[in-house]
Amino acid sequence: MRVSVGLGKDGAEERLAKRGVSRRDFMKFCTAVAVAMGMGPAFAPKVAEALTSGARPSVVYLHLAECTGCSEAVLRTMDPYIDALILDTISLDYHETLMAGAGDAVERALEHAIEGEFVCVVEGGVPMIEDGAWGKVSGKTMLSIIEHVVPKAAATICMGTCASYGGVQKAAPNPSQAVSVSEALGGITTVNIPGCPPNPINFVGAVVYYLTNNGGIPPLDSYNRPELFYGEAVHDNCPRLEKFENGEFATSFASEEAKNGACLYELGCKGPDTFNNCPKVLFNDTTFPIIAGHPCIGCSEPDFWDNMSPFYEM
Amino acid sequence: MAAQGDYNGMVVVDPITRIEGHLRIEVEVENGKVKNAWSSSQLFRGLEIILKGRDPRDAQHFTQRACGVCTYVHALASTRCVDNAIGVNIPKNASLMRNLCMAAQYMHDHIVHFYHLHALDWVNVANALNADPAAAADIANSISERPTNADDLAAVQAKLKAFIESGQLGIFTNAYFLGDTPNEAYVLPPEVDLIATAHYLEALHLQVKAARAMAVWGGKNPHTQFTVAGGVTNYDALTPERINEFRGLYQETKAFIEQVYIPDLLAVAGFYKDWAGIGGTTNFLTFGEFPTDEYDLASRYYPAGAIFDRDIAGVQDFNPDEIAESIKHSWYDGDSTLHPYDGVTEPLYTSLDDKERYSWMKAPRYMGKSCEVGPLAQTLVAYAKGQEESVAVTNMVLEKLGVDATALFSTLGRTAARGIETAIIAAKTEGWLQELEDNVASGDTELYTEWEWPEESQGVGFVTAPRGGLSHWMTQKNGVIENFQLVVPSTWNLGPRCENDLLSPVEEALVGTPIFDPERPVEILRTVHSYDPCIACGVHVIDPTTNKVHKFKAF
Repeated sequence: MRVSVGLGKDGAEERLAKRGVSRRDFMKFCTAVAVAMGMGPAFAPKVAEALTSGARPSVVYLHLAECTGCSEAVLRTMDPYIDALILDTISLDYHETLMAGAGDAVERALEHAIEGEFVCVVEGGVPMIEDGAWGKVSGKTMLSIIEHVVPKAAATICMGTCASYGGVQKAAPNPSQAVSVSEALGGITTVNIPGCPPNPINFVGAVVYYLTNNGGIPPLDSYNRPELFYGEAVHDNCPRLEKFENGEFATSFASEEAKNGACLYELGCKGPDTFNNCPKVLFNDTTFPIIAGHPCIGCSEPDFWDNMSPFYEM
Repeated sequence: MAAQGDYNGMVVVDPITRIEGHLRIEVEVENGKVKNAWSSSQLFRGLEIILKGRDPRDAQHFTQRACGVCTYVHALASTRCVDNAIGVNIPKNASLMRNLCMAAQYMHDHIVHFYHLHALDWVNVANALNADPAAAADIANSISERPTNADDLAAVQAKLKAFIESGQLGIFTNAYFLGDTPNEAYVLPPEVDLIATAHYLEALHLQVKAARAMAVWGGKNPHTQFTVAGGVTNYDALTPERINEFRGLYQETKAFIEQVYIPDLLAVAGFYKDWAGIGGTTNFLTFGEFPTDEYDLASRYYPAGAIFDRDIAGVQDFNPDEIAESIKHSWYDGDSTLHPYDGVTEPLYTSLDDKERYSWMKAPRYMGKSCEVGPLAQTLVAYAKGQEESVAVTNMVLEKLGVDATALFSTLGRTAARGIETAIIAAKTEGWLQELEDNVASGDTELYTEWEWPEESQGVGFVTAPRGGLSHWMTQKNGVIENFQLVVPSTWNLGPRCENDLLSPVEEALVGTPIFDPERPVEILRTVHSYDPCIACGVHVIDPTTNKVHKFKAF
């Protein structure tokens, strides 16, 4: 939320300090983002500059066929907390989960926001069946809403696997004929931040890239994911990689090997086929599923619900 | 008395914001009071159709994506469902870890609901600018043992002033408390508005820690990944470092609940006591939660049960055979009312103008009655069955507000019950944690029990999620799902009318609500948000190809 001083060109650090965010905490966060972007700690000052510059682009965040898990994920980052920076740095002009008003009042807010320059963030897939009739907001189909909003945006970020690739509702037999935002709009380029949910730092990193590159978008892989975050397989940075190389595999969740942190590959782990930075940046600043003894399910890969399942092999 | 206008006509609120999912509420207002209401869910995804033919062990990952706000609860319901279908008894530590993760989910979810999804229905953020910070600090210090400094509140007020003067209102654009004239539905003194606004911001930070506590067990939040049919996988969480990490985060969360959330709840409620007579319903159902034996409903710390016609003394035991879902008023083909296992349904969308079929949700009923589920149902049943903690904390809250038990049957009672439940679960968590720690210290590190697929079987998993009673029902053959059903809290609370045209709980609760300004109908949001709607969960469809009558083992 953006109830605060707002970060202007001058005195941003003082204002951060007033909010209880010390210079040290702030730089720690900027370093984490810089490292996640693959730029190394030396890039941290540039991140800091981007986050405290005068440019505060308007952001319109749309919810389509989704579960709101991606919005929840955005709220979870620490050192410092996401609201202290991102919601101060951008102007969050439409977001259904957080807005105080409702109904016509927020519809008017949306229409007003898209009159100016804005970045669009989309969470959720697009139901196409019956011209989109199975998914509506304020009486309009989700399809017609993105047709109205997305072409006006300076850039569109797809937050999560649903907006990026269609997501869980697209899994066979895809009852609602769900597709990604790009597919729904004739193959436009979107910056995809997949994951179910994605790590919030990947979203923050994409925004920082946009701000530090005059509105440019980061280099993308063949699935339109920023290579900065999705350039390496989970397996290649896995804390259990040594066990894999030594041939130490858990064969059951009850096995001594499982208790001792052996490799989960034989139980169905999809780490070798999944490109994401989970082992490097962790979730909730503390862990991720493989540390918790559960195989990776491949959640940042297109159509993983069909292509990676069954998730267990035993 | 609550402020009331003299409007006559329809009011439509779509989208309902500050919820999960896509919900449309239409009400007919007569002389400034709601006369009739329709709750309509606006999205169909078809998770149950997608599950057919898959490995039952995968179901938890699909169903958890029903909702990312009430994360984990579907993973647990599906896992219990498969555990039941394969007949496995999981290790004691696995049950404890599942309980601890659920306790963390309750604490996180209810704090976020109170401050970030519900508070702005009662708290006028703009009015906080008119507060005297010293007087506000005096109030804060009188309601909580945690010291509040006037300078800190003044700093929040200064930030708020700069923000509003910037003219860029972001998420507050067109808020119902803003406008050319005051919205008289908001009645808090500016000092209480300031305290609540300061805590709104503080809670944004605190919730990150509460979620991190959950991730210690769950591997991440949202969308945990540590449950499996047969137990859990997280041996890493048995280390002293992880247990202590959880303990620190949990204790901080518990202190916030006791010293901030509950005092704020009582302070705000004290100014809105007229809402103890608005928004009530009649019947209540809960499945209980926090088992010692995963598959014995009677072993749950919170008991299962049903209350009809507000008759607390006549509390009844829960019978799973009495659940049925009607599609007469939903966007599905047919008029059937069937037990979740027996349904035949196909999507058939009509239009938003159709008042006969008007929602993607079905209408679940228990013994033919429309029943509210959630914190109020769970608190009432626990109170009725004499659960010591619920009796004590509920009586404390009633006494502090100076109201009797009938006040619980209301929007205010529903919001208060959520706080009561949070405080009780927070206090109880230490015991589960200690038990897990003691087991590990004694050398018991078992988390998983081996099992094999039965050729053909069926199972059910009951969970009481933070939003209420949730159940997953499955039949499987040789490790392949034949039929999978979800009956979820928001379908109970926010579904449409049923075969007997009985209103759903939220529709019933809205009738009689006063509306001050139809352009800024915050009163509708108060009652709708008091249910903490989670709409994506609620929309599902029964396997269209199955019409067999299945008999399931009832617990």
